[in-house]
Amino acid sequence: MPQSSTSRPILEARDVRKQYAAHTALDGVSLAVPEQSIFGLLGPNGAGKTSLIRIITQITGADSGEILFKGERLNPSHIGQIGYLPEERGLYKKMKVGEQLIYLAQLRGLSRADALARIKKWLERFDIKAWAEKNVEDLSKGMQQKVQFIATVLHEPSLIILDEPFSGFDPINANLIKDEILRLKQEGAAIIFSTHRMESVEEMCDSIALINRSRKVLDGPVTAIRNQFKNNTYEVEGQGRLLVVHPDFEVVEQRERENDHFYARIQLHAGTTPNDLLRFLIGQVQVHAFREQIPSINEIFIRRVRETMPETLNETANALL
Amino acid sequence: MASKFLLVAQREYLTRVRKRAFVVLTLLVPFIIAGFGVLVGKLATSDESAEIVDVRDTSGLGIAARLTQMSTPQLQFLPVAGSLPEAKQNFQKDKHAGLLYLPAGLDVQNPEGVQFFGKGNISLGKETRVQKALNDAFAELKMQRSGLTQTQLDQLRAKVPLSSVSLDEAGKEKDSNSGVTTGIASALAILIYFFIFLYGVQIMRGVGEEKSSRVMEVMLSSVKPFDLMMGKIVGIAAVGLTQFLLWGLLSWGASAVVVPLVMQDEVAKPKTEVAANAQASPATTADRAAASAEQMNPAKRANVISGAFEQASKLNIPIWTILFGFIAYFLGGYLLYGALFGAVGAAVDDQTDTQQFMFPITMPLILSYVVGFSVILRNPDGPVAFWMSMIPFTSPVAMVIRLPFGVPAWQLALSITLLVLGFVGTVWVASRIYRVGILMYGKKVTYKELSKWMFYKG
Repeated sequence: MPQSSTSRPILEARDVRKQYAAHTALDGVSLAVPEQSIFGLLGPNGAGKTSLIRIITQITGADSGEILFKGERLNPSHIGQIGYLPEERGLYKKMKVGEQLIYLAQLRGLSRADALARIKKWLERFDIKAWAEKNVEDLSKGMQQKVQFIATVLHEPSLIILDEPFSGFDPINANLIKDEILRLKQEGAAIIFSTHRMESVEEMCDSIALINRSRKVLDGPVTAIRNQFKNNTYEVEGQGRLLVVHPDFEVVEQRERENDHFYARIQLHAGTTPNDLLRFLIGQVQVHAFREQIPSINEIFIRRVRETMPETLNETANALL
Repeated sequence: MASKFLLVAQREYLTRVRKRAFVVLTLLVPFIIAGFGVLVGKLATSDESAEIVDVRDTSGLGIAARLTQMSTPQLQFLPVAGSLPEAKQNFQKDKHAGLLYLPAGLDVQNPEGVQFFGKGNISLGKETRVQKALNDAFAELKMQRSGLTQTQLDQLRAKVPLSSVSLDEAGKEKDSNSGVTTGIASALAILIYFFIFLYGVQIMRGVGEEKSSRVMEVMLSSVKPFDLMMGKIVGIAAVGLTQFLLWGLLSWGASAVVVPLVMQDEVAKPKTEVAANAQASPATTADRAAASAEQMNPAKRANVISGAFEQASKLNIPIWTILFGFIAYFLGGYLLYGALFGAVGAAVDDQTDTQQFMFPITMPLILSYVVGFSVILRNPDGPVAFWMSMIPFTSPVAMVIRLPFGVPAWQLALSITLLVLGFVGTVWVASRIYRVGILMYGKKVTYKELSKWMFYKG
């Protein structure tokens, strides 16, 4: 398994299986989340992400396989070191914001005094200090989301699990949360993002695991995966008449645009460098843009599923769209 | 983890106790109870005063005079004159209880045509008492006519004081006052019944709220489902106990304040009349003060309570057994039903869906209540009473009804053992249902489904 991190993973799943009455939720999933990194747990709805998360958060147990947290078998003493923001957000509606945060922090093993000091800090940071004495039901949805996020990280967990973290956030709050997540990583926490909207997190993730139909399809550091899946294709935009008849290059796609402009994707054959292509192009057209085409995680995912489980592709693709 | 369980219970307790509805209800109910006390007190005192029945006797047999002699403190006969229509008007005007009319030419051997007029409906008790006095009067008349003298008659008249004595199994005698015993039994049963219902439903609602507000998943990542469920059950029990305790104290306090205030007038009124009649008005205020002081005297109240205890021990009501049993069945019954209510709350998405699962839970409870008051109270040692006080679902109410009448120790021990086993069993079943149900959304749950949940792996 390719790992960029030199240290031992904070979380390791080994051959985890979970069977519900009618279907298999997890079929031998293994993965490793490096310390101090952002890890994307990606896959369509119903792939098994939430089942895996519920096992990691000890809401349910695995049928077989094991989960290691910092090298130890996962057990209730780790609850205080894990923070969890479920996809189904919810707080006690009739409870005051401050009290609620204290309560949830105490359940995670924080003392009342510590909880109070940290709540003060967080409410100031999110600029919702005036709301501490309000009932949760009186808050707007965005504010409830902020409170919920605070509740997730208040006990300063070393592993933070965020299920569909940006759903329900408006763009401003989403950015706020993104910044906080990056800061938490800077401070040493590992973060697991679980989402079916891969494009929403791929730029933040250091490594990912792709899950489809209860099985892991692919995992590893994002850069390594992309490099693995890029196929020497370059995107070119420019002006002029592009006519490629060359033994070293092959046009995959070419589109004419107005005013004599064009867009093309050109694949290099083995042994050819991008500079060779560029030299060739300069002789023919005005080049406005030239960049390597790096497949998105989404494309990689679909390609990977096509390779490994072609029979499920249509359903999976539908689930992604 | 014990500390998390306590945190959960603490939250359940504090959030509920701080609610405005709790405060309002806690303060309001005692005054309602005190109001009832005043009402009952007034009714009771008005019931104690003698009932006067006018007698219009035109028979010439001297029945009216005989009836007057038979007057008791509760029932007094007053001969009146005038025509029947006049007498009918007069007894109503004088607010007397009724009018007995004996027509002229009444045949002693076959007295027909005697009528009793009352205002509105005549109660059976009143009619029976009048009937009895009338029978006695006729019997005396007949005896006198058969040759007995008045002296002989007076000697014949017997008043036998009857005291009921019940035997326990060892054949030892004890006084029996079924009124007190029945009162205690009913009060305890009602208390348990309502406690289970009121607070059991709160458990169900609380779980439903956690489910519908989706806070459940956050909670479950910190707390074991069993701790969450038991914390809720225990926290709500503490709320209930607090409420009942406050109700008890406040009712007592409110009665101590409200009842004398109201009753003082009652006590003072006749005294004023008497004083006015005697034309000694200065005495009135002093009397009034004395009267109210007597009402408010806490020492006297304490005497009443210790007196009640003394009375109870004299009546051979097993006070300590009742107390112990009440606490055991109160807690056991609440925990048993509380767990089931929690499971129902967990099993359904929508509060309106709870009905179908509520029914099998509430049925044994309602059954034990209804059968308790109709059968067990009358025959506390019968087979129905025995079996219902053994089955854990019905024993909390059924056994508590039996307790004041005396229950053999082995039955009590067996019943409590069964209750504990039943409690452990239902909590096990409920926690299985709870564990699966709380994370199950958007699924119409059936009994078949529920039975499957019990065997799901952790």
